[in-house]
Amino acid sequence: MVATRETAAAVRDVEQYKYGFVTDIESDKAPKGLSEDIIRFISAKKNEPEWMLEWRLKAYRYWLTLADEEPTWAKLHFPKIDYQASYYYAAPKREKLASLDEVDPKLLETYKKLGIPLLEQQMLAGVAVDAVFDSVSVATTYKKKLEEMGVIFMPISEALQKHPELVKKYLGSVVPYSDNFYATLNCAVFTDGSFVYIPKGLRCPMELSTYFRINEKNTGQFERTLIIADEGSYVSYLEGCTAPQRDENQLHAAVVELIALDDAEIKYSTVQNWYPGDADGKGGIFNFVTKRGACRGKNSKIMWTQVETGSSITWKYPSCILQGDNSVGEFYSVAITNNRQQADTGTKMIHLGKGTRSKIISKGISAGRADNTYRGLVRMGPKADGARNYTQCDSLLIGDKCGAHTVPYIESRNPTATTEHEATTSKISDDQLFYCLQRGMKQEEAVSLIVNGFCKEVLQTLPMEFAVEAQKLVGISLEGSVG
Amino acid sequence: MSLLEVKNLHASVAGKEILKGITLTLEPGSVHAIMGPNGTGKSTLSNVIAGREGYEVTKGEVLLDGKDVLAMEADERARAGIFLAFQYPVEIPGVTTSAFLKTALNAKRRAAGQPEIDAMEFLKLVKAKTAVLGMPYDMIKRALNVGFSGGEKKRAEVLQMTMLEPRVAILDETDSGLDIDALKVVSEGVNSLRSPDRAFLVITHYQRLLDYIVPDYVHVLANGRVVASGGKELALQLEAEGYAKYLNTAA
Ligand SMILES: Nc1ncnc2c1ncn2[C@@H]1O[C@H](COP(=O)(O)OP(=O)(O)OP(=O)(O)O)[C@@H](O)[C@H]1O
Ligand SMILES: [Mg+2]
Repeated sequence: MVATRETAAAVRDVEQYKYGFVTDIESDKAPKGLSEDIIRFISAKKNEPEWMLEWRLKAYRYWLTLADEEPTWAKLHFPKIDYQASYYYAAPKREKLASLDEVDPKLLETYKKLGIPLLEQQMLAGVAVDAVFDSVSVATTYKKKLEEMGVIFMPISEALQKHPELVKKYLGSVVPYSDNFYATLNCAVFTDGSFVYIPKGLRCPMELSTYFRINEKNTGQFERTLIIADEGSYVSYLEGCTAPQRDENQLHAAVVELIALDDAEIKYSTVQNWYPGDADGKGGIFNFVTKRGACRGKNSKIMWTQVETGSSITWKYPSCILQGDNSVGEFYSVAITNNRQQADTGTKMIHLGKGTRSKIISKGISAGRADNTYRGLVRMGPKADGARNYTQCDSLLIGDKCGAHTVPYIESRNPTATTEHEATTSKISDDQLFYCLQRGMKQEEAVSLIVNGFCKEVLQTLPMEFAVEAQKLVGISLEGSVG
Repeated sequence: MSLLEVKNLHASVAGKEILKGITLTLEPGSVHAIMGPNGTGKSTLSNVIAGREGYEVTKGEVLLDGKDVLAMEADERARAGIFLAFQYPVEIPGVTTSAFLKTALNAKRRAAGQPEIDAMEFLKLVKAKTAVLGMPYDMIKRALNVGFSGGEKKRAEVLQMTMLEPRVAILDETDSGLDIDALKVVSEGVNSLRSPDRAFLVITHYQRLLDYIVPDYVHVLANGRVVASGGKELALQLEAEGYAKYLNTAA
């Protein structure tokens, strides 16, 4: 895989945050701040249908009523965000690209640094990339091949033009506009994101992939992803994220909605490596994301895998609503926090249908002065006969100034449902470290190996090419954490 | 030049002196056995040579090819060719024996300016080495030492040694926990590594091992000192008489 190899090489070269460069491209920005006019501006820029604008405005007006309801229940500490100080729309100038040749070479250079194979000749089979740069999806590769199979994979702005009925039917059907403070804000101002529709019975033969990058200063990124797997279909989707190194905090408030119909399966993997801030906690991304999947159909399955190594703050609970009988939800998570990073992450498994099953495997690693919280909810509804959940939360501490917390909520309204919860907290022992050093490994290499071992169960659920990259990231994000 | 020299080494743990002036000289190609009662400092000596933290060297020197070993970090010592087969190998959950071996091997190769080992070549090498040690090949797919039986752990230590081909190998009771057949196989593995430019320091409680790995020298360690040295017949004598007389002189 070209992408993987390039990325791996880049990973090896750079000591700290390797994506901390800024691309110097003229961009087309809306004025700073948030108002109905800005929302109208965004919607007009995108040439959206009227109902879309109405929906945005409805969300915005609702958001205004939430002013004092920014969530505070998570174990996170950060200064109040001034939502008027951010730009809500920033597009690289020169939009409307007919082919890849028209893409700004500087942009392509950026993608190259990120290891994304955007140029056709660089691509080997297997990954179709939709790259979102700040707010606009620049180019979608592999379009044609996918189209032939009936797969729709395009920026959501384009889907709003070409498949408005599909978007209208599903958008907001899993995460409604009134869901939570950040999701509501996203509904009002989202600028782009990916749209995927897999037709009945198709096993999508390639991984679909999006790379998000925040480049502009003071921009928030509010992408919106909507994936629909029609009956009996399968898709594996991967999302990767980076942002330049800046002293100010930047907000990333995405919403991802997944819908799996009868017998369909969606596998959604994230490798999140937003800039985490410096060693003293200055700068970095606030990653406040709402991700939720609905297993609407019987025997459907949604599997979330996340590897969260970046961001100064992560607030994220990819969840599954298990509506269809015998549907399955799985959540595999690795969250690494180092220095002053904070993460409050976990999942919600909402069992509604009969015989639904869920599995949660969470691996939290804290180092430096970081705080890492697993927060998860397992709810067994009254009709969830015979539903089952298995939860395993393991925390690994490196050093003695960091914290790990496990906050499981279990609610059962069905006596035939069963839940099982296991939790462990451990430290990398001096014995393990010495053992590795005695075999010639350097300290960092040893930590990386041991931590990778600790996370193995999760990492092995990633698509192969990305597992390799994730393994390296694990090592990099813990550099300097020992000794 | 001697390969490894330990000169008047004194070391303490938690303020208590354990090694009280140890001197040993390992010539290239030689095999030295160390025997001695429980708790006299044999493992401490191995750990101090290998660079484990928590030991304070208060006096003396350790030299590898004339270079000051005590000034090196543990990983540097390992890459310089010091290998310790642990008395109690630790478990590394989630890390396959194979991944561990490969990482260790590549660390060594990188230090020597060699390229990382190619996947096929690596598998071939492990296959050959596991076969020599009578280990099922599938073992390398299991997490290192996790759930390994006592004897399997010791074999895994020797497997690592044969892969890494150290200059000085310290075997800390590698024979304990091995059944009679395994003892033979593992000893053959060790013997296959014997070479004119390599030296062994074999710590054991049983003369039986020394029937297979025949030492050039046998030392008796008691109370943190080498209280007697001799040829392989010293081990036989110890077997017959025990340590009583050395404990008296050492006290
Ligand atoms: N961390 C420690 N704190 C206190 N005492 C220690 C520590 N480590 C070792 N010792 C002591 O040092 C002494 C020497 O221990 P060592 O493990 O070197 O003995 P040994 O000769 O290898 O014994 P055995 O034959 O039983 O393996 C013992 O009395 C032991 O209890
Ligand atoms: Mg011992």
